[in-house]
Amino acid sequence: MSNRFAIGDSVRVRTAFPAGHCRTPFYCRGKTGTVTRYCGDFRNPEELAYGVYDGARSAVYRVRFAQTDLWPDYDGPAHDKCDIEIYEHWLVGEDA
Amino acid sequence: MNQRHEHAMYDVDPLHHHPPQADLEDTRLTHHQVMQMAVAELLIEKNIVSADELRAQIDFMDTITPARGAALVARAWIDAGFKDRLVADSKAAAAEIGLDIGPIPILVMENTAKIHNLIVCTLCSCYPRFLLGIPPDWYKSRSYRRRAINEPRKVLAEFGTEIGHEVELRVHDSTADMRYMVLPMRPEGTGAMDEAALAELVTRDCMVGVALPRP
Repeated sequence: MSNRFAIGDSVRVRTAFPAGHCRTPFYCRGKTGTVTRYCGDFRNPEELAYGVYDGARSAVYRVRFAQTDLWPDYDGPAHDKCDIEIYEHWLVGEDA
Repeated sequence: MNQRHEHAMYDVDPLHHHPPQADLEDTRLTHHQVMQMAVAELLIEKNIVSADELRAQIDFMDTITPARGAALVARAWIDAGFKDRLVADSKAAAAEIGLDIGPIPILVMENTAKIHNLIVCTLCSCYPRFLLGIPPDWYKSRSYRRRAINEPRKVLAEFGTEIGHEVELRVHDSTADMRYMVLPMRPEGTGAMDEAALAELVTRDCMVGVALPRP
């Protein structure tokens, strides 16, 4: 399986609100970060939660966000970060 | 049931009320507790696992303590090559010292003079149980999960841990298939300590990132 994103790529989390279980926190939807790691291919929790155990595997990445981008009222220094694991289908490429 | 009784010897008010201490069965089961018990019974009835296997697994999970993580940290402090291997592939590195850290990948996040790491799972309460054992209740609380992500420095201060503003604070939200352990920095003044003594300095909280090891 070839990955759509490479380490260092700028990516945006889709602004989507599908019904049902998913593992993409609300607070990062629509936010832009940087891919820092490819974690491997894993089954989709949105299918696993409903008994689909043989679905396709998908790349999972760690994406780093600036805290000040996630939280408008963040009161720490601008260099503070938040790293989140995100499944590939939740990410879209951002042109640098 | 009438809880009134007499302490004739020393009570000014001999007829007073003791609230009864609830027995385990007196507290109301939650929906998920009932579901968990039902699933466990079904697994046994259908011969998927035996009652003894289920008991043995619970027994095994109770043997896992933060001492396992502390052993990895102490070895990393005295052996730079081991530290590099631990950060690159924790499962393989742990196997070198005879530890099986389980089937879920654990990423080791190294604190440095410039970066402090903190672990949270905002969506539920994912925790490296195969390495550190059962998580503390505060780690599972909604309050920690909500606040560690957007006001982590205040949360750390409440744990007594002040991180200077010159240090980058990096919060890791354990949202999916990885688990995390913080590799704290070796405290100053510990040059003469051996590996076993160093391991004693490394607490669970240090490996979640809410505390720093103290010599």
